[in-house]
Amino acid sequence: MLEIKDLHVYYGAIHAIKGISLKVDQGSIVTLIGANGAGKSTILKTISGILRAREGEISYDGRSIKEATCRQIVEQGLIHVPEGRRIFADMSVKENLEMGGFLQKDKAWLKETEARVFEKFPRLKERVSQLAGTLSGGEQQMLAIGRGMMSNPKMLLLDEPSMGLAPLLVREIFTIIKELNQAGITVLLVEQNANMALSIADYAYVLETGKITLEGPAAELAASAEVKKAYLGG
Amino acid sequence: MEQFYVFLQQLINGVSLGSIYALIALGYTMVYGIIKLINFAHGDIYMMGAFIAYFSVSYFHLGFLSALLISMAACTVLGVLIERIAYKPLRGATRIAALITAIGMSFFLEYVMVFFVGAQSRAFPNVLPALRIEFFGGKVFITGKELLIYGVTLFLVVLLQFIVRKTKTGKAMRAVAFDREAAMLMGINIDYTISATFALGSALAGAAGVLVGIYYSAVNPLMGMTPGLKAFVAAVLGGIGIIPGAALGGMLMGLIETFVIAYGQSTYRDAVAFAILILILLVKPSGILGTNVREKV
Repeated sequence: MLEIKDLHVYYGAIHAIKGISLKVDQGSIVTLIGANGAGKSTILKTISGILRAREGEISYDGRSIKEATCRQIVEQGLIHVPEGRRIFADMSVKENLEMGGFLQKDKAWLKETEARVFEKFPRLKERVSQLAGTLSGGEQQMLAIGRGMMSNPKMLLLDEPSMGLAPLLVREIFTIIKELNQAGITVLLVEQNANMALSIADYAYVLETGKITLEGPAAELAASAEVKKAYLGG
Repeated sequence: MEQFYVFLQQLINGVSLGSIYALIALGYTMVYGIIKLINFAHGDIYMMGAFIAYFSVSYFHLGFLSALLISMAACTVLGVLIERIAYKPLRGATRIAALITAIGMSFFLEYVMVFFVGAQSRAFPNVLPALRIEFFGGKVFITGKELLIYGVTLFLVVLLQFIVRKTKTGKAMRAVAFDREAAMLMGINIDYTISATFALGSALAGAAGVLVGIYYSAVNPLMGMTPGLKAFVAAVLGGIGIIPGAALGGMLMGLIETFVIAYGQSTYRDAVAFAILILILLVKPSGILGTNVREKV
């Protein structure tokens, strides 16, 4: 579904991504784990068109999206839920969801999907007219995912959905991710919480300072001594 | 009692001036909100609006409403063009580069107009029937001009609120102003949304220009400088980037200035305006309706 070949990304003179390749099969959950500053978010931002690759190829659904604008990428159902939720704090919960559905023309579909979001996150329904900035961290993450659902995703790029959340909430968010995947949405999940990420993923890549140092089926990586030592706390 | 009548009369005058400042300040604050640029050319768009109305009325003998609509439409186009030509290429550049460009654009508009129409003031023809409503045996009165300014301003501010709160483009404007990158991830077209913001802000400035032409019965190419700066002060006073703040700040500026003049200190009216700016920046840098947010890193 998504294939990246020999990707190089620069921030000015800084060579942030040094030739990575990865593949996400349709219907799977693939996770990209690694320490802070390894370049995980940079890769997602390059896929979604916020950053431009200097070299390499990104193809989605069989077509190159390397030169595509954010809007064209969203139109194709490749939806990025950014790190730190990035909800519109001075807009209501409802308006945030409307922004997620910005490019969707079908009013009936929007209504239906909004109902599905509220079904998945009943707490958002209770707070529908509240300003998004007044929500708790967990609720904001739910809103960020709900907003992504409103964009009619075929594939979701999730950046650190567990960031700053209590363990119980992390579990809840990961259950939702798994459910979305079972409903047919392909997922590329970037995480620092390697334990949780590997527990739901099919395949995993380990990123270190702009390079992929290890890859394999998630279960295998979770069992590997190297990964355990570096990312799973022993 | 005499004092009270003077006060009431000044209140009526102050709200007129305040309405005009509010209309200009709204454009300042909207543009700042979305691209973090103090658009110093904004006061000159207001001047252009006044001139377009002047020509519509003097040479084409149009009525008030047609002149207002033509001015607003022309200023919309002008504002969008200025953004496309002068500011858009600098979007990735430093904020100071864009600011200097805005100052350059301001001088450009002023002196292009001086070149074509001359620097002297021109009399704005009277387009309104003489109307004067008196209270308290004529001690306090309100004119048709003032009623018109109140009415047009109120209508435009309500319309703007509607656009920003309820329409898709308005919501996109708020989303882009809050977090441009996140808005991009929603598929919102950033260029279009920024253009729409300039269009709206410039249309309001154009309307303010027409109203001021009618109010003071005069237009000249440098008329945008001082009101432009004061509207900027008004936007900061209300909290820059906050739409209701700009309307409130503009109204306060107009009232303060009118009262300073009324109570005998007309020489100091501009000094008072800028003293207010300095005071606010000292006490509450984020403005009356602003919340103190730390800059994102």
